[in-house]
Amino acid sequence: MSLRSYVIARVLLTIPMLLLLLTLVFLITRVLPGDPVLLHFEKQAKPEAVEEFRQRLGLDKSLPEQYVDYLTGVLRGDLGKSMQDFSPVAQQIFSAFPATLELAIFGMIIAVVLGIFLGVRSSRSYNSGEDHVIRTFGIATYAIPVFFLGMVLQLVFSIQLHWFPSGGRIYPGSEPLGLNLGGFHLATGLYTVDSLLEGNLSKFVQALRYLFLPSFALGLVLCGIFIRLTRTSMLETLRLDFVTAARARGLKERTVVYTYALRNAFLPILTMMGLQFAALLAGAILTETTFSWPGLGRYLVDRIAFRDYTAIQGAVVFFGLLVALVSLMVDVLYAYLDPRIRL
Amino acid sequence: MPLLEINSLTVDYPTRVGTVRAVDRVSISVEKGQTLGIVGESGCGKSTLGLAVIRLVPSPGIMTEGSIMIDGTDIMRLSNNEVRELRGKVGFIFQDPMTSLNPVKRIGDHFVEFIRTHEKEVSRQEALEKTGKILESLGILRERTTDYPHQFSGGMRQRVMIGLGLALNPKLLIADEPTTSLDVIVEAQILELMNKLKKDYDLTLILITHNIGIVAEMSDLIAVMYAGRVVEFGPTEQIFENPLHPYTKGLLESAPNILHPERSMHPIPGSPPDLISPPPGCKFHPRCPHAFEPCPLREPFLVMKERRFVACHLYD
Amino acid sequence: MQTERGRIIVQLIPQFVRLSKRGMAGWTVLIGSVIVVAVVGMTLLAPWIAPHNPIAINVGPIMAAPSSEFPLGTNHLGQDMLSRVIWGGSMVLQVALISVAMCVAVGVPIGLLASYAGGNTDKGTSLVMDSIYAFPGLVLAIAIAAMLGRGVLNMSLAIAVVYVPSYYRIVRSQVLTIKELSYVEAARALGAKSRSIILRYVMPNVVPSVVSVATINFADAILTAAGLTFVGLGLSVAVPDWGWDLTYGRQLLPAGAWWVIAFPGLMIVLLALGFTLIGEGLSELWSPRLEQ
Repeated sequence: MSLRSYVIARVLLTIPMLLLLLTLVFLITRVLPGDPVLLHFEKQAKPEAVEEFRQRLGLDKSLPEQYVDYLTGVLRGDLGKSMQDFSPVAQQIFSAFPATLELAIFGMIIAVVLGIFLGVRSSRSYNSGEDHVIRTFGIATYAIPVFFLGMVLQLVFSIQLHWFPSGGRIYPGSEPLGLNLGGFHLATGLYTVDSLLEGNLSKFVQALRYLFLPSFALGLVLCGIFIRLTRTSMLETLRLDFVTAARARGLKERTVVYTYALRNAFLPILTMMGLQFAALLAGAILTETTFSWPGLGRYLVDRIAFRDYTAIQGAVVFFGLLVALVSLMVDVLYAYLDPRIRL
Repeated sequence: MPLLEINSLTVDYPTRVGTVRAVDRVSISVEKGQTLGIVGESGCGKSTLGLAVIRLVPSPGIMTEGSIMIDGTDIMRLSNNEVRELRGKVGFIFQDPMTSLNPVKRIGDHFVEFIRTHEKEVSRQEALEKTGKILESLGILRERTTDYPHQFSGGMRQRVMIGLGLALNPKLLIADEPTTSLDVIVEAQILELMNKLKKDYDLTLILITHNIGIVAEMSDLIAVMYAGRVVEFGPTEQIFENPLHPYTKGLLESAPNILHPERSMHPIPGSPPDLISPPPGCKFHPRCPHAFEPCPLREPFLVMKERRFVACHLYD
Repeated sequence: MQTERGRIIVQLIPQFVRLSKRGMAGWTVLIGSVIVVAVVGMTLLAPWIAPHNPIAINVGPIMAAPSSEFPLGTNHLGQDMLSRVIWGGSMVLQVALISVAMCVAVGVPIGLLASYAGGNTDKGTSLVMDSIYAFPGLVLAIAIAAMLGRGVLNMSLAIAVVYVPSYYRIVRSQVLTIKELSYVEAARALGAKSRSIILRYVMPNVVPSVVSVATINFADAILTAAGLTFVGLGLSVAVPDWGWDLTYGRQLLPAGAWWVIAFPGLMIVLLALGFTLIGEGLSELWSPRLEQ
């Protein structure tokens, strides 16, 4: 099967799942609580005010109508209006998203690098004390709530040692501006990238400093599964014939471990990165709250405090769509990298 | 001076249930340009012996006794780096060509990497040139250097392995069951190729196999192994015409003979011994039709008899 | 009654000791069990062992560091942290227990029935379950908990929904394997009713996997419950709860009052770790990976 037909088949498969996902969210946020509008107004409010409120949000229509509006809205990129000020939720989400993306990327990098490094070591000293320690470490880090870890890191490295800032994304006023050539403007919203585009090295360093603790917390909690996966994958691969044959040719041990064993063991790791993306987002919500990181997670938490149920719905839909998209991309990438899969 | 000299080599595998003695005080020598065939049943230790020569005995195996001298150098004393260098000078061909190549590496890159690891001054271009030549001499189109292993058939992959083994003009080539995974026709082609290369490269070849037919065809010397010991060792012709050790006789009789198709085949009764607690005395005695009093008591040592070495009390 | 319980415990002890002989996996289960028993025990015995009333304020000085009088310090309300830590597991354990019970009660039967039935029922249910499974767990739990409101039951329900697909999947994979086995086909050929097949052949094989999943689920439930509390969807303020202490204690960090979060946090880690070790060890014991 060619790559193209695989992609098409895969995309078609995603559609019913997406539909189910959207329906699920709708059920939870509109059907489950009964009336989200009344939930919003905890105290008594004048019926006319409530009615007007309902109309402005389109929540006065019948449920099936709301459902259709909701689905068509998602297709158009409309995720509803906030209960707080009726501004479009989609816009708020898109402005908060790059922060979460940056955190997620760095968190994933740390998780994978740590995981691979420790996993390879563990596999090479099989059943030794080092192996057991690393394996236990991998299990133990998963048991730590990421926000607790974040707080501990804040306490030690920020409040006590002053090595890193304890919250926020950058020093107010130094937001990177991105590329600005003549009239052409390009900004990704990722401060690390934008500061490089701007050519401002000190902003880049600052962005990294603010990024470090939250992504480290996130990465540490997630690295366990990568340690285990790398270890298992490497143990299997290291005993394969072509690894012994490579050693028999006198290749350097480091080449054998990385170019022969790890390169072949890597595909499951790649897939796992995609699978862990959902967990990454979940962790990001808590991490952002701990470090006052202005991303999607914190947006969601704020909306909860405001009982802004339409915004909550919009954000949850966005999370779901995002995970589905990443999952699709990982599958396609996998098929591209390993031609044997497509058959 | 012989190119390869193995003296009383012993390789043990410590396991939870006991120590497996895979190679038991083996002594062999091979002169430059000769071909040695090591024959025996599965599990007799021949593969371990082959791997020991390049110090690649898989863990938990350890070489507990003896020495291996290649061109006068005791390889047991070499440092890790020197062992790596050694492996550039001793070629090794593995049994299963389907799994001996890195699936994510192009064929050409296997060669280039190998060449440049041991000859650091060679450029990538030069290495690729050389690779092309080698592949052509093996009957593979030069353009296929950019292909991946899974695009080659079994026979072609084994040619690639042979090519890799010979890429740096080694003095010694060890082939561990090189044709066992291949079908008969391909096997014949590979053997023919190996014979030709032997002459072209002036190789000293060690051929490890359970197939006596191959050994008869290709080798000058034969070493017959049983339960980790060499039981008979000498020139092929002598041993085939007049096998002295009962096991050797048994092996020859259990193989079909094209010259005498009417002769029935006699398999050797019984099965190979448990290497953790082998039988006392001569390890073959429980299956030997000629066993007598000294056999269960003492192990026989190799003695020179009728122009070859044999370890059997019948000839003490 | 006492002697009955005593006898059961006495019978269990040799079982545990035998575990230590089963290698690394056995030790993992053993250590995990010890941890869990210790923590649960501490929580159950709270009314007797806690030195102070955990919700009484101004029992001691405000934000006092750990001392001999208050070994774990006090918080901003002058509450004794030691007592709060001893009592604090109760809510988390209740929520986790209820959610796991709900998950098993719903996920396992659905898994058994849908996958045994096969065909469109199986496909349809799988699709629904996959959709839920693919969703980031905490997000889903937040959505549900936000809509339902506070309370132990609501939190448990929110968490349960997230983890039902895990049970469904594991039961389904077991059922599919077993359905094909020849002795099951033989039983069917002999006219055995589906229900008895499920009960006699499928269930015994499914139970070990479900138990492994359940223990790990327990750990996840604890962490998710803490997470929900942290984002403001937890229980009411009055109840002593590790999650709540963590959430509120955050504001006291800049003042350097590390003890308010450290000990509750450590307890959560310990409890989650205990269950995880048990789960990992059990799955290793029952279906050891082929490592030479």
